[in-house]
Amino acid sequence: MAEPLLEVRNLKVHFPTDDGLVKAVDGLTFQVMPGETLGVVGESGSGKSVSFLTVMGLITRKQAIIEGEVIFQGQDLLQIPTDEMRHIRGAKISMIFQDPMTSLHPFYKVGVQISEAIRAHQKISKKEARDQAVEMLRRVGISKPDERADQYPHEFSGGMRQRAMIAMALSLNPDLLIADEPTTALDVTVQAQILDIIDRLREEFNASVVIITHDLGVVAEHCDHLQVMYAGKIVEYGTADDIYYRPHHPYAWGLLGSITRVDEEHKERLHPIQGLPPSLIFVPPGCAFNPRCPYVFDKCRVDVPELLPSDGHHAAACHLPLADKERIFAEEVAARS
Amino acid sequence: MIRYIIRRLLWVCVTLLLITFLTYMIFFVMPPTRPEVNFAGKQPTPELIAEVKKQFGLDKPVIYQYGLFVKRIFLGDEYGWPGLGFSFTSRSELKPIIYERFLVTLQLALGAAILWLMVGIPIGILSALRPRSVFDRAAMGFALFGVSTPVFFLGPVLLYIFWFNLGWLPGTGFYPIGKYGLSEWFLHMIMPWSVLALAFAAFYARMTRGNLIEAMGEDYIRTARAKGLSERRVVMKHGLRASLTPIVTILGLDLGGLIGGALITETVFNLPGLGSYAVKSVFSGDLYAILDVTIIASFFITFANLLVDIIYAFLDPRVRYT
Repeated sequence: MAEPLLEVRNLKVHFPTDDGLVKAVDGLTFQVMPGETLGVVGESGSGKSVSFLTVMGLITRKQAIIEGEVIFQGQDLLQIPTDEMRHIRGAKISMIFQDPMTSLHPFYKVGVQISEAIRAHQKISKKEARDQAVEMLRRVGISKPDERADQYPHEFSGGMRQRAMIAMALSLNPDLLIADEPTTALDVTVQAQILDIIDRLREEFNASVVIITHDLGVVAEHCDHLQVMYAGKIVEYGTADDIYYRPHHPYAWGLLGSITRVDEEHKERLHPIQGLPPSLIFVPPGCAFNPRCPYVFDKCRVDVPELLPSDGHHAAACHLPLADKERIFAEEVAARS
Repeated sequence: MIRYIIRRLLWVCVTLLLITFLTYMIFFVMPPTRPEVNFAGKQPTPELIAEVKKQFGLDKPVIYQYGLFVKRIFLGDEYGWPGLGFSFTSRSELKPIIYERFLVTLQLALGAAILWLMVGIPIGILSALRPRSVFDRAAMGFALFGVSTPVFFLGPVLLYIFWFNLGWLPGTGFYPIGKYGLSEWFLHMIMPWSVLALAFAAFYARMTRGNLIEAMGEDYIRTARAKGLSERRVVMKHGLRASLTPIVTILGLDLGGLIGGALITETVFNLPGLGSYAVKSVFSGDLYAILDVTIIASFFITFANLLVDIIYAFLDPRVRYT
């Protein structure tokens, strides 16, 4: 078995606020293997962004109470000094964000912003850095990269800006790229292009990629493994096939069941997941999903379910017996969607 | 851009015409409406009054006088260009007087500006980086004091403390460098600079703090940190760069406004600048002196407006004028 590139163990990120302690991430354990693409799926407030911002060191102990371990290439990133972390950030682990328009500085040229990233970690001349920046722009598929490097972000289209962000993130050949909702702010037609670029570059750069999204469609084709998050915990983990064809958690059923399909007639009303997203201050006892779960029983309200594997690496955090899950899915959920 | 500038310059002219016209009208409507009597000396005879009236050009219709005035501004009068006329009170040409006074006001304004930038902006930055800390609260308290304390109060208080009591600084008055040397000039300017700068420093500190806090919450700051840049670089090159643009704009407007507007400071510290001259001229009914100060002040304000708009386009690449 290969060594995981990133291993997160029992990560907890709690924010003290005037209204109470917000448990944004509450016991997260997962791995990212070298060369794989991991999809992290969940609704707003599930903790998916917060967990990776903490991995990057962009959320620190000044803002939140952080527990657990984040092991990257043999080091616990939560224990190393901020200066060391700064050298890892951008060079070994990179992150791109949701809205490329606001994520790029409006007053600096795009080429300058990319060169800046390079020169923060390597001692090279401005000219060399610019050449590398232009090369990166070319690699992400921006035509006339030399001209474009001297333009400002507002002169780029949305898709181009995101490509520029990807170029910036990959300019130092990181081992791990974290893409936080990379396509959410883009047109549908552009979304596919961006995801394809990420795929291609993952191979070219031999990196691992984490795609954080709330859009199940985005991850379907591009991810090797998926983890579904809810209320700061992972509720299901598996390959894309596992999650889409054999899901074992009522939340995943709800997600899949609530997707509308363009190619079917709409005979019935949509099936949203009943109830509201949980408060992260007053998290429901036991399984956090229990107030909304159609299959809830007594144990769910008391015991927190552990993420246990059901077959191979496919794991779900649910008290329902496996046989019941398979039956329910086959009879009710699959029939409905 | 050039077309925009030309359009704006035309508007500057229109504005100045309007302002001077209004000033003329106000002068002839408000007392004293018979300047020729005031300036004819004690117990003037009717002949003398008529003579003075003619000398001042007041025997012509008001509109005609105004037209003449406008023409002279653009084309010059018997004293040179621009035609600033002559003073009723001193019976001498105004141009050198105005020029001298303008220089004094300029020294006051620029010195104060340098001071308030050097004090206000760093305080604003430090406050923004440590919001709600002891330093921040103290700094914003100082800011509140600074904007609330009027110059006519603070000026005499400082004079009392530093000149009258402690004797550390000399008293009021303006001592030009050419005649009295650098040290004398500087010592006499410290208090007026400080008093004038205080309110602005406070305002700029608050503004810098607010802008920087807002800028530091933007997404591109998160990107900058994600790139692995040092925190210093993130604050100075990314945060500050974005928050200084409005400050540059306000600075231009403030400086423009100070040219005619520092009159309280000038009066308290006995500095012969344009502001105190304006006050003097209004009280003595010296028409052309009033007009000249009005024109210069208005010109600087409107021109500063145009200048800061142009500068803004250079600072913020998203702004383009057509």
